[in-house]
Amino acid sequence: MGNICMLSDLRPGEGAVVRCLGVAGETRRRLQDIGLIRGTKVVCERKSPLGDPVAYRIRGATMALRGADARSVEVER
Amino acid sequence: MEGDRPMLEVKKRLPGDRVVALAGNPNVGKSTIFNALTGLRQHTGNWPGKTVSNAQGHFTWRGQGYCLVDVPGSYSLLAHSAEEEVARDFLCFGGHDAVIVVCDATCLERNLNLVLQILEVTARVVVAVNLMDEARGKGLRLDLKRLSARLGVPVVGMSARRGEGLEALAEALDQVCRRERKYVPPVVYPSYIEEALALLEPTLTRPLAPWGGSARWAALRLLEGERWAAEGFARYQGIDLSKAPEAAETLDKILAGWEARGIAREMAAEAIATAVVRRGEVLAWDVVQGGGEHTRRLDRRLDRLFTSRATGFPIMLLLLLGIFWLTIVGANYPSAVLSKGLFALEDWLAAGLGALGTPKFLVDALIHGGYKVMAWVVSVMLPPMAIFFPLFTLLEDFGYLPRMAFNLDRCFQGCRACGKQALTMAMGFGCNAAGVTGCRIIDSPRERLIAILTNTFVPCNGRFPTMISIISLFLLGGAAGAAGSLLGAVILVGIILLGVGMTLLVSRILSATVLRGVPSSFTLELPPYRRPQVGKVIVRSVADRTLKVLGRAVAAAAPAGVLIWLCANVTVGGGTLLAHITGLLDPLGRAMGMDGVILTAFVLGSPANEIVVPILIMAYLAQGSLVELEGAKLFALLAANGWTWRTAVCVLLFSLLHWPCATTCMTIRKETGSWRWTALAVGIPTLCGVVVCMLFNLFSGGVFAPLP
Repeated sequence: MGNICMLSDLRPGEGAVVRCLGVAGETRRRLQDIGLIRGTKVVCERKSPLGDPVAYRIRGATMALRGADARSVEVER
Repeated sequence: MEGDRPMLEVKKRLPGDRVVALAGNPNVGKSTIFNALTGLRQHTGNWPGKTVSNAQGHFTWRGQGYCLVDVPGSYSLLAHSAEEEVARDFLCFGGHDAVIVVCDATCLERNLNLVLQILEVTARVVVAVNLMDEARGKGLRLDLKRLSARLGVPVVGMSARRGEGLEALAEALDQVCRRERKYVPPVVYPSYIEEALALLEPTLTRPLAPWGGSARWAALRLLEGERWAAEGFARYQGIDLSKAPEAAETLDKILAGWEARGIAREMAAEAIATAVVRRGEVLAWDVVQGGGEHTRRLDRRLDRLFTSRATGFPIMLLLLLGIFWLTIVGANYPSAVLSKGLFALEDWLAAGLGALGTPKFLVDALIHGGYKVMAWVVSVMLPPMAIFFPLFTLLEDFGYLPRMAFNLDRCFQGCRACGKQALTMAMGFGCNAAGVTGCRIIDSPRERLIAILTNTFVPCNGRFPTMISIISLFLLGGAAGAAGSLLGAVILVGIILLGVGMTLLVSRILSATVLRGVPSSFTLELPPYRRPQVGKVIVRSVADRTLKVLGRAVAAAAPAGVLIWLCANVTVGGGTLLAHITGLLDPLGRAMGMDGVILTAFVLGSPANEIVVPILIMAYLAQGSLVELEGAKLFALLAANGWTWRTAVCVLLFSLLHWPCATTCMTIRKETGSWRWTALAVGIPTLCGVVVCMLFNLFSGGVFAPLP
């Protein structure tokens, strides 16, 4: 049984698998568009100098997400 | 904000031309392919969202004409931003003959999402897998034959920057257009959705026949309850689906059946989106081998350098400083040579025209008015631009700009704006009008307006030369050589930082007042770094950007020169027209630490900021008798008219903070569709400029005092 947390809780270098997206509407769609769906592997790559946004490896691309959005994605470490 | 957006207009050269849409994720090399095929020079750069207008071009292959439409990049057809909607509507309803979907070979899986979505609309697709050279470099092996077999459409491997794969692409395109392909559903959905599709699809085949796309796709959108699809059919194809009773009835029945089984429509929509992503995942597994994180070692090392807490911001500043220093140092000598040459020509031209019997009045207006201003603009603008643009383009090609947005996003977030505003600001360095158009990459209309209204706080290329010349005349205090240029660059960077600060401040104020709201979601791709093609960059940026901007400046400068000469020489009621205007503006000018002439120059310089200084000189000259204007003489002229370092600082400040040039204003009007926002875009920076200059004047000790 893995450790369930939010995407925003990951530290650089840590990986996790998406469990669900806790938002609806535009934000949800945008996250789906970049490939964030249930089962997607995500690795936290690095924080920006001011700590937010954070860059993640998602399906072979590096995407920066803001904390506000990353906090709505439930993942399993 | 957009109102009733018209469908993208396709301009065919011949009625028999085939219309081809060029689609793909952002930053996969669409523009490179577009340029290579059409021989046009759409600007390219390594950052997502660069193509914001829909470029069109033509090419001929095997005697057949093609009209190629470069559609803005988007991750999906489930669009969000204004420009993504334009892309979506054209791809779904645009009546093209075929679509080329460009993919990034280094990141195929994510790209397949859009490929599959487009394949659902039409089978007339060629998949162009670009950046194969980069993929090889990263140790990735792609089995494109297998991908083609799985997708049922031609797949072409390309390295467009090296010109590889273009012929294969054209050949595949020809094939796709000629042979009618059987539509094979690219994605299989969960059984309850497939059952619904089996019922709904046949009812749509007939009403949608004139459209030519797949009824399955339309059925999916109806099942999801997507309003834009039905609206698109009505608006672009004249097909009113509400008048297809059989379809509406079937849909109601399906939804009722789902409800009985506890299936919500949103659940189905979710399942549909998920199934597409999953299919892409499976396909990528099937055709991509190799790679792995170790191949990204260099990218990660560079990211650590450019975006870490310790080095991110210092390097950003150093890069900015370096670019300006090189620009100032490098531009000095050629500027002097150019100005000597062009001004020597002035007397020749005047003498020549005089010998031809041209009236003296006309010679004076044309040569000492129009030509002189033009010569100034060319000699002062050309060298810095020819250095600045290539340097900036190198950074762009390399992939640095998205990192800058990544570093700065927190600041924009604090101002409730979008981090991509940093990208539009970077575009503003080149030209504010381009920056305003670039704001289309920002998804939320509110944040987009903020970015549009504040773009002019970034000094554009038309203003740099003005700033550089004033800095070197007044603020370097005789420091010459490398040290002087470095100090100049530091001052310039300081001005830019002030501009950035004003951008943030005004963005925050706008977010709290007329554009109230919370920040929307934000995703920014950080693409792999690419080795810039130095030779190409230099040729391209000089040939395309520099000469284009210069041409515009010259076109504005010559008539403005004639106008100002007339103002200075036509006498009305005891004084020249110019004297009347400058007299009128003088009190305000002096309160702002400048004078009436300077303000007049800014007003008359509205068509293009480049001509502010030449107008200034003309206006001063109208009362004096200087002819040549290299550094020392110019300094003497300005000093004789009461300029001190404080005047110079105020001019610099006002140059940074005043209304956008005429072109930018027209662009803002076009982008916002409203004169009200345009007026605000003029008013806000002007007000900032007036206040800042007055404050500076006040605190530097010159309260309404006449200039010494």
